[in-house]
Amino acid sequence: MSFALERTDDLLSVTVDEQLVVSNRHEFKQAILDAVEQGARLVLVDFANAGYIDSSGLGALVSLSRRLREVGGDLRLIGLNDDLRALFELTRLDALFPLYATRADALAGR
Amino acid sequence: MAIRRRSVRPQADAVDGTGRSPSARPAVPATVTSRQWALPSDVHEIEPVVREIVSLCRSAGFSDRQCGLNVPVAVTEALANAMLRGNRGEPGARVGLTVDISAAGLVVEVADQGAGFDLNAVEQSTAEADWFEREDGRGVFLMRALMDRVENACADGGAGHRLRLVLHRP
Repeated sequence: MSFALERTDDLLSVTVDEQLVVSNRHEFKQAILDAVEQGARLVLVDFANAGYIDSSGLGALVSLSRRLREVGGDLRLIGLNDDLRALFELTRLDALFPLYATRADALAGR
Repeated sequence: MAIRRRSVRPQADAVDGTGRSPSARPAVPATVTSRQWALPSDVHEIEPVVREIVSLCRSAGFSDRQCGLNVPVAVTEALANAMLRGNRGEPGARVGLTVDISAAGLVVEVADQGAGFDLNAVEQSTAEADWFEREDGRGVFLMRALMDRVENACADGGAGHRLRLVLHRP
């Protein structure tokens, strides 16, 4: 398993431990969609220990963000290293996802 | 798409992760290494191969940014495209992969058994109306943004499709 989920009320914390790529994007997306169906509304995805993300991984995040907005929720990304930040800037997806340095930052004023 | 160059191309005079300036690196022989693979069309085959290619690049003196972002993402895109689109995910269809690292840089060639496509006809841009909504359709954009050159290289006239990625040294 390249990611772990922890649910507390409407908060879902997801830790990505490896790559988020074409081989695990479906599993990643479905696990979060299931939690959203069960009531999760704020989803924090922590990339502090993650590797790279490909277009499939980005696509899964875009799709999840859209779904969360539909139900009045939010998807927030935490702990991106310089390479991952460059990827989000390059694709301009940093305009879609709030990027936070830490979990505390992401939860401040929620 | 000037943004792609400004954001991710390694700086020519940057100091790499070892703390050495490029001029302090040992001389690189004309051909450092050349490797070939024949992969089934299974996306789970991608990561181990990408890891190996990144390791080769790191040993050959490519920058941390190139090894952490440019190479793994672009090669993953090329292989996934060959497996899922070119070979339509048929496990028996093979994907040929050739990696050459030289003094000039990295050249990756990915060949599938599909009918091929016109790379020049694929326009993916952050300016597209659904860019922030759609799930797919960013792979070619990423390859172009992360590599110095991306081109079709189906020169043999036979069936199949060959994509060539070129990345210069920092």
